[in-house]
Amino acid sequence: MKIFQRLVPWILLAIALFILPAALDDFRLNLFGRYFSLAITALAIDLIWGYTGLLSLGQGIFFALGGYAVAMYLMLNTKSLAGGNGIPKFFENYGVDQLPFFWQPFWSPVFTLIALWVIPAVVAGLVGWLIFRNRIKGVYFSIITQAALMVFFHFFNGQQKLFDGTNGLKTSTSELFGQLVGSPDMQVWFYRLTVVLLPLAFLVCRYFTSGRFGDALIAIRDDESRLRFAGFNPVPFKTIVFLVAGALCGISGALYTVQSGIVSPQYMSISFSIEMVIWVAVGGRGTLVGPIIGATVVNYLRSLVSEALPEAWLFVQGALFIFVVVLMPDGIYGWITKGGFRTFLAAFGIAKPAKTYPKLDKEAVPVD
Amino acid sequence: MELFFSQILDGLSIGSVLLLAATGLAIVFGLMGVINLAHGEFMMLGAYVTYVVQSAFKPMGGVIFELYFPISLVLAFIVTGLIGVLLERTLIRQLYGRPLETLLATWGVSLILIQLIRSVSTAMMLGIIVGVVVGFIISKLLAAKFSEKPFFTYLNGLGWAIAIGIGLIAVNLFDQVRPLAKPWFGPRNIDVTAPKWLQGSWGMIGGIELPGLRIFIILLSALLLLATYWFLNKSVWGLRIRSVTQNRQMSNCLGIPTDRVDSITFGIGSGLAGVAGCAITLLGSVGPNLGAAYIVSCFMVIVLGGVGNLLGTVLASLLLGIIQSVIGSGTLLTIFPDMPLAAKGVIEFFATTSMSLVLVFIFIIVFLQFRPNGMFPQKGRSVDA
Repeated sequence: MKIFQRLVPWILLAIALFILPAALDDFRLNLFGRYFSLAITALAIDLIWGYTGLLSLGQGIFFALGGYAVAMYLMLNTKSLAGGNGIPKFFENYGVDQLPFFWQPFWSPVFTLIALWVIPAVVAGLVGWLIFRNRIKGVYFSIITQAALMVFFHFFNGQQKLFDGTNGLKTSTSELFGQLVGSPDMQVWFYRLTVVLLPLAFLVCRYFTSGRFGDALIAIRDDESRLRFAGFNPVPFKTIVFLVAGALCGISGALYTVQSGIVSPQYMSISFSIEMVIWVAVGGRGTLVGPIIGATVVNYLRSLVSEALPEAWLFVQGALFIFVVVLMPDGIYGWITKGGFRTFLAAFGIAKPAKTYPKLDKEAVPVD
Repeated sequence: MELFFSQILDGLSIGSVLLLAATGLAIVFGLMGVINLAHGEFMMLGAYVTYVVQSAFKPMGGVIFELYFPISLVLAFIVTGLIGVLLERTLIRQLYGRPLETLLATWGVSLILIQLIRSVSTAMMLGIIVGVVVGFIISKLLAAKFSEKPFFTYLNGLGWAIAIGIGLIAVNLFDQVRPLAKPWFGPRNIDVTAPKWLQGSWGMIGGIELPGLRIFIILLSALLLLATYWFLNKSVWGLRIRSVTQNRQMSNCLGIPTDRVDSITFGIGSGLAGVAGCAITLLGSVGPNLGAAYIVSCFMVIVLGGVGNLLGTVLASLLLGIIQSVIGSGTLLTIFPDMPLAAKGVIEFFATTSMSLVLVFIFIIVFLQFRPNGMFPQKGRSVDA
């Protein structure tokens, strides 16, 4: 049994790497690639919400920053997208003839590979530090991250001269290694990259949630004041974990962008960032397997429902939010591992009911 | 200078719309600690109530039609208030003391409300009624037979799932009848025409024209604010609400019905949102997505003002309104034409509606660095106050 449990992750990985590409057509495979890249975001949110108790409604910022970084590189390095003076064509529509200065470093692939997770990490660290050092927490943290999200959204949406505004940057028509990014061959490679990076993100999260650092995170979640009274300063812990989550979201956003073919300010909409939270809630927060399950299941459900009945998706999504929060706070994975499934079986007389405190008290021999 | 004053007036009216919207939220958030992300959707419902009332009054014409607006104000308050009470009784009540979960659940409610307004039709309404009735019958039947069994909860859930299925089938059946399938509102924006006595100007003061609509909204928000203040500080229920806010357990011990206090608070908060929605119809066309435009600003007002403090809410909303209008319109450039080039560039950069919002939010985040609990922080002795 032990050996079997150890093998499960490898089996899943092998299925994702070898069996899914063979079994699914290009379109479906691409969808799964997107789900797995979103799962990295879900892992990041689990790190800050499930383990540290910080409900951020602004992870879309970091997701989109990663996406924009990679899209800017692709736009610059594609000859067919360049206009008259060697810069991307869309600039001409707004009468810009010089590349804005912050686009310059994105000529370099090495810089881009570093920037797509360092820029979100730095922004996250800065925003997090500013918020945490004032002991802003709980719902106030959520509201302020949401406001920060709106700042970035309006900035990217309104600045057509810098980012093509609401149109976003289209990557599917750009080229990488002389091949179209939107072509099926490239998409399979992006899928494989995602499947390799997802377990790595998992390991990063496991590293941060185990050991003394992880204990501190859980202490912050359960009783931050007590941790402070015990002589710890929670600010660095929170800032670091928020920074790591930002970096993971950036990577996830970059992977998602190349697979969906576009990055636009819509990635920074309020609704998308809250949706990310619900993936974690559905899968099971406070566990590292849960978010991966949640992101995949919810997004798969989304594709199914939107294909069949586009209007129904908002109903289903809303109901999912309410259902998970009220009836299944531990999520799918938590329900199975934390005794919900056992209680369910016991209710139908299939398994023995677990002994709980009142029961133990009743059975105890009265002492007189 | 006249331009400046008219900008201030404009800012005041933007601020008073914010104030209208934020007062309800401030009551619910400040007094109950509940984050209601569906607040914006309650505003949207209020706007649609106004639209319905207007459509009902249109055939009558003449003087009676001119009176539709006050009636729709009252109706919007009552309808959204009742929906708010229903929501509190069924959902919010389960989640007290878990603010983050309430936030997610109310977001779910807001998604459902948006889609409901978009696609509601007679067929759909009938289907929902069928589903709910069948669900109640099934759960009553099951309760009579199995209520003692350990698997009753799961069985009940299954029963409701079946009821939802029957409801969906009913919707599809009713949809076959053409006249029933027509959506009531549809996804497009709706227009409410302001009554004649609100259009046009209400005279001039010192060379500045007073646009009727804007003045009316400012007066309305002032009136509602006074009413809220009176209710909270002078009425019996207001006293109970304040005592529950201060110490829920102690109030409970002293015989204050805390659950009814919660319902009433939430109902009033939602009702105020409805009135705000009603007022917003005067400013332009409204659609199912109305709520999203206001909700973040409303929360910002509350955070900036300090939670549970009406004065803070007033000051914060007016301040935000004025900043937004003065910066967003670029008035500063016309008033001070000789400012240095760098400052000019900065102001030009922010001189659009959306960029002025960016500036406002940055301003709030910076402000919270110095006053983390807003302008008027709540005083308390516990660590987390």
